[in-house]
Amino acid sequence: MSGFSINRRWFGRALAGAGAAALSACDRLNQSKPVKRVVYSAEGLTRRVQRLILSPGQLAPEYQPSDISPLFRPNGSIGVDDDGYRALAAGGFEDFKLEVGGLVERPLSLSLADLRARQTRTQITRHDCVEGWSCIAKWKGALLGPLLQEAGLKPAAKFIVFYCADLIDPAVGAQYYESIGLSDAFHPQTLLAYEMNDQPLPTAHGAPLRLRVERQLGYKQAKYVMRIAAVESLAPIRGGKGGYWEDSTGYEWYAGI
Amino acid sequence: MSDIALDPDPAAPSPAAVSRTVVVYRTKLMVRIWHWINALSLLFMLLSGLQIFNAHPALYWGQAANFDHPILAMRAYHVGDTLRGVTFVGKSHFTTTGLFGVSKVAGHLVHRGFPSWLTLPTGQDLASGRRWHFFFAWIFAINGAVYFAYIVIGRHLRGDLWPTVAELKGVPQSIWDHLRFKHPEGEAALKFNVLQKLAYLAVLLIILPLMILTGMTMSPGMDAAFPGLLWAFGGRQSARTVHFLCAWSIVGFFLIHIFEVFAAGFFNEMRSILTGRFKVTLPAAPVEGAPS
Repeated sequence: MSGFSINRRWFGRALAGAGAAALSACDRLNQSKPVKRVVYSAEGLTRRVQRLILSPGQLAPEYQPSDISPLFRPNGSIGVDDDGYRALAAGGFEDFKLEVGGLVERPLSLSLADLRARQTRTQITRHDCVEGWSCIAKWKGALLGPLLQEAGLKPAAKFIVFYCADLIDPAVGAQYYESIGLSDAFHPQTLLAYEMNDQPLPTAHGAPLRLRVERQLGYKQAKYVMRIAAVESLAPIRGGKGGYWEDSTGYEWYAGI
Repeated sequence: MSDIALDPDPAAPSPAAVSRTVVVYRTKLMVRIWHWINALSLLFMLLSGLQIFNAHPALYWGQAANFDHPILAMRAYHVGDTLRGVTFVGKSHFTTTGLFGVSKVAGHLVHRGFPSWLTLPTGQDLASGRRWHFFFAWIFAINGAVYFAYIVIGRHLRGDLWPTVAELKGVPQSIWDHLRFKHPEGEAALKFNVLQKLAYLAVLLIILPLMILTGMTMSPGMDAAFPGLLWAFGGRQSARTVHFLCAWSIVGFFLIHIFEVFAAGFFNEMRSILTGRFKVTLPAAPVEGAPS
């Protein structure tokens, strides 16, 4: 029986020890930088594998008009608490100008009428919130790729950054910002949408202009877009992770999952 | 009883009447490594998965969320100066304060889908939940792919897991045996019994692959690459619901699995899955293929 009692003691100690160690270690694990680096490295693997599987032109699924959600839940900012924005909105965004700058040969300044006159697309797509829910809507807007071509990206440009009007975090004083890579920027479904379900984009959904980058999650679909910049690196922008949520809470920059 | 395998006692009256206890190498190293990495991954994915669910504690069917008609929802209501947790399942609802919808965090009732002890011990936010979930999803998938190749090439699947017709005919008897907690002994204990085989196969070939496929269906990138996923599950929200149900069926499997480990002999079973060696009582005549 001696073998058994040794086993029993060993198991008991191992179990109790493992339990206690796990609990106390978890906090340190979660805070530890090397652990964080290892756990966060999954994003790079996911991005590379999805880029490998997804051809650049592969479309996100599109839906029928009957699939459009009767209630499309607005999330994040649902308005802009800013006098300049309120003045623009009061004028029906007649005076609104989208600035396209950064690493471009010819900076652009485009009104909504200018955007309507560019190459546009209408698509019924699904919006997947990072929280888990989805809503379907019809979007109409100017294709981003041709706009960038018109501006002429400099060879150093690697990312497109979207600067927004909404003060998402008054405590930090941060206005919303997001960024995407060039493959998504030139994707045939990537729009600067000014219409939702055949109506001018509602305030809660980002009037006058929101990004649609259909193969990624909702927080990438920047609302209240005022300015676009082509950049070589995301590092100088606030936390350096390329987006408000990426910098503030640790959401993945690549939101294809 | 002893851990050391002994030769039959020469003084024993009749060799046929004497049994001997031997330690047999039953569980191969690859299976043990897979088992423990899998167990660890599934534990982290369950806790982080429920944490992700807590960001929007409701389930729907179809492509999009019909917020007014969830299949399942865990909500919080103010009643006087306290909170009441209510869980909606289809058209029914139940007060579940303390468990679902509303539970205590640091002594205070707050709106939460699942309670904090069912999510990651620390870093209980959505971003952390996603990071840990996807990290272990990769570990789980790579580990599973290696294991699957091993059981197919190494013939573990056909040799040890796939039931024979004769065994399938013995299902009613096996159910009856299990209900009486009667477990195979001797040589029969060295092999999986038919219910065990069917349970393992259901998990390996149905539940775990469904877990991976429904997980992929929730990824907008994967939906663009493989639109057939959406067709197969009836939409992203349906896939999320199936993912949730599969997770709890794995929990169900785990509870029965652990119960059976205790019923069949905790120390012997744990030794087997940790070291590969399993103690069994065999007839005196040496059994072919069973090292003593």
